Amino acid sequence: MLRFDRAETRLGDFALSADFSVAAGARLAVIGPSGSGKSTLLGMIAGFVPLSAGRIEWEGRDLTGTPPGARPVSILFQDQNLFPHLTVAQNVGLGLRPDLRLSPDQRQAVVEALRQVGLQDLANRRPAQLSGGQQSRVALARVALRAQPILLLDEAFAALGPALKTEMLALLRRIADRDGTTVLMVTHDPDDARAFAPETVVVMDGVAHPPMPTGALLDHPPEGLRAYLG
Amino acid sequence: MIAGAAVIVLVIGTLAVVAATAGGLSALGPWDWRAVRFTLWQAALSATLSALLAVPVARALARRRFAGRGLLITLLGAPFILPVIVAIMGLIAVFGRNGLVNAALAPLGLGPVSIYGWQGVILAHVFFNLPLAVRMVLHGWQAIPAERFRLAQSLGFTPADTARHLERPMLREVLPGAWLAVFLVCLTSFAVALALGGGPRATTIELAIYQAFRFDFDMGKAATLGLIQVGLCLVALLLSRRATVTAGFGAGLDRDLPLPAPPGWRRGADTAAILLAAAFLLVPMSFVILQGAPRIPALPDAVWSAAARSVVMALISAALTLTLALALALSVAEGRSWVEAAGMLPIVASPLVLGTGLFLLLRNVASAPQMALPVTVIINAVMALPFALRILIPAARTLRADYGRLADSLGMRGMARLRLLTLPRLSGPLGFAGGLSAALAMGDLGVITLFADSRNPTLPLQLYQLMNSYRMADAAACAVVLMAISFALFWIFDKGGRLHAAL
Repeated sequence: MLRFDRAETRLGDFALSADFSVAAGARLAVIGPSGSGKSTLLGMIAGFVPLSAGRIEWEGRDLTGTPPGARPVSILFQDQNLFPHLTVAQNVGLGLRPDLRLSPDQRQAVVEALRQVGLQDLANRRPAQLSGGQQSRVALARVALRAQPILLLDEAFAALGPALKTEMLALLRRIADRDGTTVLMVTHDPDDARAFAPETVVVMDGVAHPPMPTGALLDHPPEGLRAYLG
Repeated sequence: MIAGAAVIVLVIGTLAVVAATAGGLSALGPWDWRAVRFTLWQAALSATLSALLAVPVARALARRRFAGRGLLITLLGAPFILPVIVAIMGLIAVFGRNGLVNAALAPLGLGPVSIYGWQGVILAHVFFNLPLAVRMVLHGWQAIPAERFRLAQSLGFTPADTARHLERPMLREVLPGAWLAVFLVCLTSFAVALALGGGPRATTIELAIYQAFRFDFDMGKAATLGLIQVGLCLVALLLSRRATVTAGFGAGLDRDLPLPAPPGWRRGADTAAILLAAAFLLVPMSFVILQGAPRIPALPDAVWSAAARSVVMALISAALTLTLALALALSVAEGRSWVEAAGMLPIVASPLVLGTGLFLLLRNVASAPQMALPVTVIINAVMALPFALRILIPAARTLRADYGRLADSLGMRGMARLRLLTLPRLSGPLGFAGGLSAALAMGDLGVITLFADSRNPTLPLQLYQLMNSYRMADAAACAVVLMAISFALFWIFDKGGRLHAAL
């Protein structure tokens, strides 16, 4: 269980608080107006945004003070998910060992992860030689290999076209189902939320509200959210 | 952070020792005050001449297009890593007693003019700093959005109108900065004054420190002069912070429109400005190369062993600079901005002041000749630090903004992060900074003169000794070798960094 225990952060004038729990293996969409703090919420879980009060727990363990790399979390950003100077295989291998000193078994695991996303033939290319969709699949292969119990997606597929995005969400669901991953996905697209996440967290007016059923929420949005959804 | 603390301790500690040793202002005689006055006067005159002469050259380069323009602008950057003593060789070849200028004046019954004395010091300073000033002013011209010039043309501006509404506001913004940059360089000028100046009418503070140290062995006086030097640098730096006012041209769309190039006499004037500037910079260097290159095979072995010694010292110095600068830049990128101030600290201390301080600190441990090479290496490394930081800090900030979170989320730390992320991503700027540091250390003729005896000179010192014993043919050959090694070091580092970055 991922628990926000009156977790709060302040950055100048901006403040965001969260006080709710998420069951392990849940799929959540995170929606809200621009600048409301969706990325900040993910940053609090990933360890990039320090808490000014409260705590965040995973399976009863307090995450406060744990550096980002040591948290049970994988995160994908909108861009810059891959190091351009490293090969596809190296980028994926970083998920196993941050110093890339891989054992033969681990090398085999990298090959297998790339095979599962259909990129086994591109292992020695660099990211710049891949299409946008292929780059996303490399990042997902690393997520699969790290197999962390929490996955955060910060508009990770926003730059992709509709068909590619559907393909990535399907791939993502496969990986998350296999490992029972808890997923929080920031999105601007209500259709993504409906397709992927049974529940949705609304971030608005400095508060990340407890998850609500996605369908009902989007059919009858509260006042502020209605203005945003249009 | 440790690196930042180390630099602070080194610079402040040395200055503290200098301050403790300083004998008070009463220790200075009229001769020393003359040096202070001369330092200020020559720096102001050199800066004024460089800034004024830079305007027509930069304007001509900004509005004319000709074959070799790009190359000429690149060459304007070369004096930064050209060893001072080599340039002095070139100036002597052109303006010296047996030089081109006197050869041309003699049949007219004029001359001879002498390069030794204050006029030589000013000439050499303009030679070094005119290119710097031209680049700064040219930058100002290029920063005016091309759309403003297009608008000016459509409104039927004459060149005089353009000057009034566009160019003069820009110059008002750029020139004070250029003037102060040159002033600051000339304030701590040593090698030029050592080779061309001297005597009561052309001694800078740096040179006076050298004389007090080396000939009078009056450490109190050397330290007092050092403190005055630091004080002047501080004042000049503070001034330069307030000097810039923005002209407010707004942003342009970066259209590559050619600037209006007025015809008529302005065309002739621009051509003359470019030709004269190019000749002033290139003829002395060509002369040294033509004189020296054929003599290189006949150089004595001592020159080659001095060259090897200097290369090793330059490489150690560059490695030190890069290690310090990388540690400081990464620390600054993480948000510790006091570290940046620490890294820029060497600007206020001149090499000879630091050298005097280190000698005072270490004199019970080692003799002056024993200290010569290590102290030179350390001081050259520290003096190159501000330049290296100016290159590395923006790169380190970009690196952190682009990939910091990704690397953090993957748990990349310590050596793994350095090897897999930092070094590969920063190899370009690291190569450039390393090249600058190595070339500066290679060509430096400063601290080494305080300590060295004639047995283990660096290559620049060897060259200076050859010049002093009037072995001009050997000196010219030695100058060519020194110049070639300096440029080669820069080129290899820079190229190496960029090759790696391209992978």
